Amino acid sequence: MKIVVAIKQVPARDSLLRLDQAGGWIQESDLSYEINEPDAYALEEGLQLKEKHGGEVVVLCAGPARAAQTIREALAKGADRAIHIEDENLRALDPLALARLLAAPLKAENPDLILTGLQSDDLGYGQTGVILAEVLGLPHATLIMQVDKQDGGIRVKRELEDGWFQRVDMPLPALLTIQSGINKLRYATLMGIKKAKTKEMKRTTSAELGIAPQSTIRFERVYLPEKTKHTQILEGSPKEAAAKLVEKLKFEARVI
Amino acid sequence: MSILAVLEQRAGAWHRMSWETLAAAQQLSAELKQPVSAMVMGAEVSALAAELAGKQLERVYAVEHELLKDYTPDAYTAALRQLIAKVNPRLVLFPHTYQVRDFAPKLATALERVMVSDVVSHRVDGDSVVLVRQLFQGKMNVDVRFAGDAPHFASFQAGAYRADKVAAGSAAVEKFTPELAPSEIRTRPLEWFRESQRAVDLTAAEIIVSVGRGIKEAENIPIVQQLADALGAELAASRPICDNGWLPMERQVGSSGQTVAPKLYLAVGISGAIQHLVGMKGAKTIVAINKDPEAPIFEVADYGIVGDLFQVVPALIEEIKKAKG
Repeated sequence: MKIVVAIKQVPARDSLLRLDQAGGWIQESDLSYEINEPDAYALEEGLQLKEKHGGEVVVLCAGPARAAQTIREALAKGADRAIHIEDENLRALDPLALARLLAAPLKAENPDLILTGLQSDDLGYGQTGVILAEVLGLPHATLIMQVDKQDGGIRVKRELEDGWFQRVDMPLPALLTIQSGINKLRYATLMGIKKAKTKEMKRTTSAELGIAPQSTIRFERVYLPEKTKHTQILEGSPKEAAAKLVEKLKFEARVI
Repeated sequence: MSILAVLEQRAGAWHRMSWETLAAAQQLSAELKQPVSAMVMGAEVSALAAELAGKQLERVYAVEHELLKDYTPDAYTAALRQLIAKVNPRLVLFPHTYQVRDFAPKLATALERVMVSDVVSHRVDGDSVVLVRQLFQGKMNVDVRFAGDAPHFASFQAGAYRADKVAAGSAAVEKFTPELAPSEIRTRPLEWFRESQRAVDLTAAEIIVSVGRGIKEAENIPIVQQLADALGAELAASRPICDNGWLPMERQVGSSGQTVAPKLYLAVGISGAIQHLVGMKGAKTIVAINKDPEAPIFEVADYGIVGDLFQVVPALIEEIKKAKG
């Protein structure tokens, strides 16, 4: 099975974010970055499917030059090769424009299965995978918690709301968006890290792909959310704060 | 030009977020001075359509076809695309449910549009609409405008609008039968199921202590279990804890777990990603303990302690024991 896993690099989870001067975006210079968490699960699922059924795992990533680090980490975990669409200005794109960019190399690759995380931890549209499937004319399923190969296609387990699940049969080629927790993530081994250095990482650009993406929605202003609720922050040492909290819960909120 | 609210049902029962979207659609209708209609689709939806006929709407579209009985993204997209071609709405509004996430981006793409997803609020600026979304798991907000031609698509986050604001009225019901063929449907959905018998009913708990990533490793779970025991509370968790197998899935609170509204909800080491907040923000009193003062959980908390949970929780257990004598 030839599998392409689309991954994204996002600010590390515990980053303290600051607005830039213009209020157009966050200050990016002092942040550290990592693979988008749901994409890490998509990559792991791709690697496990390859181990079970043979084939190849190709990592596809659109992002600025710094994303190369995240791509190397994916190669170190076991992906066979990678395609990096390098562009410093991708964040101006809406998910349709981005999907069109991702679709260009995918058409040439013609994989059996495309995997990606269900959403990104930065923009959080939760749409890119579904849009990509539509752009490529492929069937899709979202929030996937299990993938089984069967005659003529795959059977997947979709997560629904309130603890419900559903199995769906679908043909290949197809696109799946993977839910966090579908598998156990592996760490890169020393051998993997060494091998990654020799693996193919093809770099391309939107200009080379002949795509000039246009966005149909635009960000007007980025800002810190206003607090809707007045939160009483209890100060002091852990012991003092704990004592204040118990006092409040007992006499003010009257819940203990 | 008008507004179309796309409501969700399954097996004849409404998805609760449908009413929130209807309330949002009615509000936008008043502000933009544009008529609003609603649609519901399935194999047979006459009873649901009749219920909608009692709301303040211009029209109710009952979209019926045997191939809409079980949800598939192909059939739903095709049916809605045909209805949109007929109705020609300016705004198409959805609840941001798992099902909508599965097909609405496909629909918008087919029409060369992008849906503004997971909207938390809006404002009307003259003739145009500005939608507010969250970025970075709720750490930032962004104002978004549509740049291209109508129709424009948006979905609303759970709890962003109040279902009890839906205005009553009367509306005509129109049946719409889309043209669908079995060959267009590429996926085959099987039956719904649940994994476990749900031995734990968190919805019945009066006090919940809930734990998140801040607990760092499975070996540390007993620390919060002791806090739960001291309070006589049920122990719950955010998704990553259950993903890692540190607590069973049935103890998960959030959009993919249980929705709870206890008297007291104590969030320990939970940053407050929206998927978690939708499951607990209805709690009467919310306490957050987190080392990051910017964590979104503090947006919804009544009381907060900014600090290291490994120091705060043991101190809290001691104080609770003292208070309870």
